[in-house]
Amino acid sequence: MLKQQSLIDFTLHHADNTLILAQRNAEWCGHGPILEQDIAITNISLDLLGQARNFYQYAAQLLNEGETGGDTVTEDTLAYHRTEREFKNCLLVEQPNGDWGQTILRQFLFSTYQYLLYTALQKSNDEQLVAIAAKGLKETTYHRRWSSEWVIRLGDGTEESRERMLHAIEELWMYSGELFMPAEYEISAAEKGFGVDVSSLKNEWMQKVNAVFEEATLPVPEKTFFQKGGKEGKHTEHLGYILTELQYMQKTYPGAEW
Amino acid sequence: MNAITDDTNEIGKIRSILEQVNDPEVPVLSVIDLGIVREIKPSGEEIEIIITPTYSGCPAMDVISLNIKMALLAEGYKKVTVKNVLSPAWTTDWMTERGKQKLKEYGIAPPNIKQQVCNHEEFEADEAVQCPHCNSYHTQRVSEFGSTACKALYKCLDCKEPFDYFKCH
Repeated sequence: MLKQQSLIDFTLHHADNTLILAQRNAEWCGHGPILEQDIAITNISLDLLGQARNFYQYAAQLLNEGETGGDTVTEDTLAYHRTEREFKNCLLVEQPNGDWGQTILRQFLFSTYQYLLYTALQKSNDEQLVAIAAKGLKETTYHRRWSSEWVIRLGDGTEESRERMLHAIEELWMYSGELFMPAEYEISAAEKGFGVDVSSLKNEWMQKVNAVFEEATLPVPEKTFFQKGGKEGKHTEHLGYILTELQYMQKTYPGAEW
Repeated sequence: MNAITDDTNEIGKIRSILEQVNDPEVPVLSVIDLGIVREIKPSGEEIEIIITPTYSGCPAMDVISLNIKMALLAEGYKKVTVKNVLSPAWTTDWMTERGKQKLKEYGIAPPNIKQQVCNHEEFEADEAVQCPHCNSYHTQRVSEFGSTACKALYKCLDCKEPFDYFKCH
């Protein structure tokens, strides 16, 4: 794979991950269980959206350099004009919010991964990726701590909250493996020194998850068949619905600005 | 007068103009107090200002860029460009002492010094945050996230007042 192509795909993968999770979390706006947590989840959404913008802006710059040298590609065209099969986000982030426990668990599994990813990206040979990750790492550190505390609170909480967390694990665990199964562009990205070998992050991720689950008195599933495909554009049915809402305005009124 | 002192004078003048440009979300702080102005590059009638965002998703950045531009154009500068750079990442340690003082007077607890805290491991104790109203350290975190990306919610267990804490970042 050409360096430029894998750099673009790698950047878009992380842009899509953060955009889709931002969109999912934003669905909670005005619906959080209590005001403070409504504010927390939408703050996390905003951080992720900011990270997505940084990745999209960089991808747009790379695409424009590669092709016409113009400025036809922008962060907006990448977010609003691409179709489902062109999105490279992992399956975990597009899963429905479910109840608060499910949203919390999704955030915890993802933030724990993202924390390790952004830490590893500090050694990338691509200056802009280092900058975006360094900025994002500070935010992700908060997300990880916040979601860890909630996993513990709910897992080791009441009978009801524990049931819900067990259900959340059942719903989401099968999508966690994909985070560490590299797509072709991730393998190429790692070889060329700007990306991260995601499979190498799995052990540390497991340790982190184990520690929090133990505190939360939640069982870590032993063996599971892991779903994958999102990184290559093969998504669950949910992404189509997310994009329909997210892209509605631009599809209905192309180029509209306000 | 040589070119270097000319530039130094010019930068000082621009700085004092930027001290009048406030953060739209925390209006007691100027962009200088906040520490987001990283470089001022005058060259004749043209100026380039380099700023860095506080948080990746800070929605105030576009307005801040615009306000910086407007303030300098109003002072007669002809061509002003404001450039956003991500690296090095902003930290609350870049906030001025004056800025921290102003925050406290406004009722927002200023960020602690980074070396003292900023351990974000999940099982660590919370940092000690001083109540901006009664100066007590007997305070409790209500939520890690507040009304803007840069703040957390606290309450004072002595004077019972809730307050915002500008997070150490």
